[in-house]
Amino acid sequence: MSTKAPAVPGSSPVDKAGGAAATFVDQRLGSNRFLARNLGKVFPDHWSFMLGEIVLYSFIVILLTGTYLTLFFKPSMVEVVYDGSYVPLKGVQMSEAYASTLDISFDVRGGLLIRQMHHWAALIFVAAMAVHAFRVFFTGAYRKPREFNWLVGVVLLTLALAAGFTGYSLPDDLLSGTGLQIIRGILQAIPVVGTWAAFLVFGGEYPGTDIISRLYSAHILLVPGLILAMVTVHLIMVWTQKHTQFPGPGRTNDNVVGYPLMPVYMAKAGGFFFVVFGIIALIGGLATINPIWIFGPYTPDQVTAGTQPDWYIGWLDGALRLMPNVESVVFGYTISWNVFIPSVVIPGILFTGMALYPFIEAWVTGDKREHNLLERPRNAPVRTGIGVMAIVFYGLLWIGGGNDLIATAFNLSINSISWTLRISLIVLPPIAFYVTKRICLGLQRRDREKLLHGYESGRILRLPHGEFIEVHEPLTVKEKAVIMSKVDHAPLPLPEKADADGVRNKWYRVKRLQSRLSGFFYGANIPRPTDAEIEAAQHHAGQDAALEAPLHAYEDADQIQAFHGGVLHHPGMPATNAEQASGSPSGH
Amino acid sequence: MKFLAARRRSPIVASSLLILALGATGAVYAAVASVQPAVAAVGAQTQVEDGKKLYLEGCSSCHGMQGQGAGTGPTLIGVGAASVDFQVSSGRMPLAAPGAQAVAKDPSYTPEEVAALSAYVASLAPGPAIPTAEQLDFADADVAEGGVLYRVNCAQCHQAAGQGGALTQGKYAPSLMEATPKEMYEAMITGPQSMPVFADSTLPEQDKKAIMAYITAMQEASSPGGLSLGRLGPVTEGLFVWTAVAAALVGAAVWIGIKAR
Ligand code: HEC
Ligand code: HEC
Ligand code: HEM
Repeated sequence: MSTKAPAVPGSSPVDKAGGAAATFVDQRLGSNRFLARNLGKVFPDHWSFMLGEIVLYSFIVILLTGTYLTLFFKPSMVEVVYDGSYVPLKGVQMSEAYASTLDISFDVRGGLLIRQMHHWAALIFVAAMAVHAFRVFFTGAYRKPREFNWLVGVVLLTLALAAGFTGYSLPDDLLSGTGLQIIRGILQAIPVVGTWAAFLVFGGEYPGTDIISRLYSAHILLVPGLILAMVTVHLIMVWTQKHTQFPGPGRTNDNVVGYPLMPVYMAKAGGFFFVVFGIIALIGGLATINPIWIFGPYTPDQVTAGTQPDWYIGWLDGALRLMPNVESVVFGYTISWNVFIPSVVIPGILFTGMALYPFIEAWVTGDKREHNLLERPRNAPVRTGIGVMAIVFYGLLWIGGGNDLIATAFNLSINSISWTLRISLIVLPPIAFYVTKRICLGLQRRDREKLLHGYESGRILRLPHGEFIEVHEPLTVKEKAVIMSKVDHAPLPLPEKADADGVRNKWYRVKRLQSRLSGFFYGANIPRPTDAEIEAAQHHAGQDAALEAPLHAYEDADQIQAFHGGVLHHPGMPATNAEQASGSPSGH
Repeated sequence: MKFLAARRRSPIVASSLLILALGATGAVYAAVASVQPAVAAVGAQTQVEDGKKLYLEGCSSCHGMQGQGAGTGPTLIGVGAASVDFQVSSGRMPLAAPGAQAVAKDPSYTPEEVAALSAYVASLAPGPAIPTAEQLDFADADVAEGGVLYRVNCAQCHQAAGQGGALTQGKYAPSLMEATPKEMYEAMITGPQSMPVFADSTLPEQDKKAIMAYITAMQEASSPGGLSLGRLGPVTEGLFVWTAVAAALVGAAVWIGIKAR
């Protein structure tokens, strides 16, 4: 890839400032080559590339606020009698963990704000991560060479769920204790080792006296440490592999078009950090989250209606709630399928499927090329369909997790909600897949039309001999480049049963399956028009335009503009790395 | 009379207390039983008579001519005045439409009529009486103790913050945010519909008062953390993140993305 950027180019003030900054640092650190290579690096621009940054920044907020909380939180299950300033709990027996969380909320200066910021940031962290993963998925950014970074992402997602759950369980309030009770039930439902595993984790019977301090070390040390390490790996990989870009004029698989890291991207990213921080601080100050003083301290004999986990665990809770009650007895041992399937098997399948997806797709399509240009979701209808299908499945489980609140809010019966959801879980995802695929193909067809005939302008022209025609407007350069980015793949051919020498093909069945799947993946795609077809069509369109031209030759003159296969650096436009490499003179 | 002062704004409570007081006066007269025994007895007797008339018009179709129950409604023999008072002054009875559960609505009877209906049903057989002012006075009760009792006995249906919750087959435990102390007390001693009865043997009067004090404290509690989001816990918090917060963050990302030059 031609992305070396030895000098900060350009004549705009922004570029000059970048050059000046680089010179300033270089004269003091003598780090010329390293910085020149890295600060001049070009980062492509699109709002959805900011999603990863939201994840990163909310994680930073979590680390900062979490550090403050550790100063006051006591991870101990020793029973104490509360004597703080929250009157409705005065004199009540509770664990030290719960009491210290009350103290943070009511008696530590700024404690409630920081607690709420920490918790809101955690919800935002996982939500932003999910949306970031959607972006990566639907644009095919995980394709070669970025499969490993996708894997790192899946590990990060798992770690984030672990971080969230361990944190949720720390205050030892009624909700978190009930959540832990459920986790214990899940552990116990694992065949053969279940009971033993539950004893190991909780250090004996539930709730015991160990679990909070164990969760604490996981929550503040182990899990964040792993996340930090994995985030570092993740970002280094984004850095060295370069970021993908959306198709557009002058953007190819072998260049990166965007702004130099220093100063444009740095300024944007830095500014964005403060925006994210500000939003989290605002919400932390204005909206209650996890009002543990209402839920009360955990004791095993209490439970409250409307017990729910945080949103990112909600789908698992939903799976548990929706699973019909099935158990079987094998050799005198009860196997609780009703717990094991929704809480171990289903998430296991979903996460494994997610982790392996890039490799499965690569095998199915036989695609071994590197992809630095993102694919538009419509141009991969099966992938987009699978993504939407997974989201629908997840969404239904998620709704299931709130079935009781939905029942009371909309005056419905919880039983009919559960049955509706059970049936929907089987019926809706395939429908979602099919509909999405059709929509994608429809969009492809429209793209093809646009490319051949331009826009329908809605203007009807009557020709001298009486014929009516509709005038078609040509596409803009940008649109044309975007549509032209579509790569047509041929499905893999059916394999031969035997080669020329009559040797049986050992892999015949496997290869045949692969060929069929790739036919499924690509088969229905609408081919992009060939250059000859476009040529012919444009000739036609040109005639239309010529006929109409006298009517408005002047006002439209600069809009009717032919596409010449790539626009290069206009002043004030982003530069490609390739351009930078070839060196525009100013700046140094 | 701090308690009465606080509750005076509720017309139902005020007028039922008035009637209670009248009834109590009548009872005192009857007990003394010397000056004008006939008058007091006639007062109570007319109330029961009025109640019977109202009952035959509005309730007998479902509960039977003698309150013995009919196909559509359960027997009212022995349910006591408290049950009638709870059901009718909350508008649950007369039942408007068959459904999973009788729904509270604007009451169809005036407080006097409710008192008459209660007196009539109470005359069928002894049952829990309408709580006295003394029983409803929780000024000295321990709020924190009430919180513990509430979480042990009530939170599993009415939710920790008293916001209510779903039960099976479309039934639900209602929100307690608007409940008056009298409703709380009557609900506990009569156990309407799916709610269990909390008799004095399981939940002594002092504990009932503590629970009433706690629920009342929750009704009046401010929200120290800012917007309360309905005090429904993680579901509304998640909804908030995926709507308002997501819009703000994506909006900021798009804005910064656009402000390129
Ligand atoms: C349309 C039929 C219907 C009418 C009319 C009706 N009820 Fe009911 N009532 C019911 C049903 C059904 C129940 C049982 C409700 C339940 O538990 O869900 C009930 C329950 C009750 C209870 C509670 C019984 C208990 O076990 O505690 C009382 C008290 C009561 N009704 C009083 C009345 C009074 C007083 C009236 C007239 C003002 C009345 N009802 C009118 C159908 C009716
Ligand atoms: C098994 C679930 C359950 C439990 C436990 C329970 N309730 Fe209820 N409660 C209900 C249901 C269901 C209703 C609605 C009855 C109706 O509509 O007639 C109700 C109604 C009430 C009402 C009337 C609310 C209104 O708006 O009219 C009050 C007050 C009340 N409950 C208080 C309590 C208290 C206090 C406790 C604990 C001592 C408690 N409940 C325990 C299920 C429960
Ligand atoms: C702690 C969690 C995470 C952080 C901090 C993080 C951060 C980032 C950042 C800043 C980028 C570059 C900007 C962008 O494309 O948005 C990026 C790219 C990427 N992320 Fe993540 N991410 C996280 C989790 C995930 C997850 C859960 C996945 C998917 C399962 C994922 C997959 C990827 C991939 C494949 C890229 C390269 C995209 C490209 O080059 O187009 N990441 N990440």
